[in-house]
Amino acid sequence: MKTLAELQAIRDRMRSQIDLREAGDDRIRVVVGMATCGIAAGARPVLNALLEEVNKRELKNVTVSQTGCIGVCRLEPIVEVYVPGQEKVTYVKMTPDKVASIVSEHLVNGRVVEEYTIGAAE
Amino acid sequence: MKEIALHILDIAQNSIAARASLIELTLSETREAIVFTIVDNGSGMSAQLLARVTDPFTTTRTARKMGLGIPLLRMAAEQTGGSLTIASTEGVGTTVTALFHPGHIDCPPVGDMAGTITLLLQGTPQLELHYIHTIDNHSFQLTTEDLRAQLGPEISLAEPEVILWIRDYLQEQETLLREHKGMKA
Repeated sequence: MKTLAELQAIRDRMRSQIDLREAGDDRIRVVVGMATCGIAAGARPVLNALLEEVNKRELKNVTVSQTGCIGVCRLEPIVEVYVPGQEKVTYVKMTPDKVASIVSEHLVNGRVVEEYTIGAAE
Repeated sequence: MKEIALHILDIAQNSIAARASLIELTLSETREAIVFTIVDNGSGMSAQLLARVTDPFTTTRTARKMGLGIPLLRMAAEQTGGSLTIASTEGVGTTVTALFHPGHIDCPPVGDMAGTITLLLQGTPQLELHYIHTIDNHSFQLTTEDLRAQLGPEISLAEPEVILWIRDYLQEQETLLREHKGMKA
């Protein structure tokens, strides 16, 4: 059974690797729509899967965050990927199953997974 | 919304949008009633806005002229013979209370509270959250102050390694509570 004291070990580990974390501007941002529409469509398990995958691969240059309604509620859950210096990519009708390939292909290898994008859905 | 936990996630975002720094979330389950209360210290609402807030064509957002979070919750609660009440004072905060009757066929399951708490903290790591979940006479309690006391001030709750640990911890505690092995209330 886990106890809160385990957080101290995480803290000590993170303090020692704090400088490994890449600084500000060249970070990849992954944003999940978490308004009523996103939540109802299943954004919670998608965001959970993203956190797991990013943590598993130790992607120190990736920030996962949440936003409100992106504006195309019928295509929720929606995930936007912002790679510095490139156009934003919008993935639609996301599921936890799609997350692994987007993380490995797009976030790690820099190849957009075209079949999941809003361009392919419309 | 397929779970009460998803309603809670959705409604608590309103508190965050109202710039609350503290949310007190209590969820209590008995054979007769499932009740959750969200108390925040956000900006609160005027009496005029409060009177219109369960109308789907009332919203403070600018993307479009509808907001469905509160109306969907009201419908879900009333469908079970339950109720939704909202009290609010401008400059003080808002209290939302929803009551569901678990014996009613339309009552959604409570669902994944660990996932809901995790995502609230991941989205707003600076938030102070006090969470108490009671099932019959057993309860589980978590405060962000307790988490931060172990973690220190400089490490964000949203760090992937930290937030995933919190999720696993909550899942474990929620399971124990569900099996009536939690602390006696």
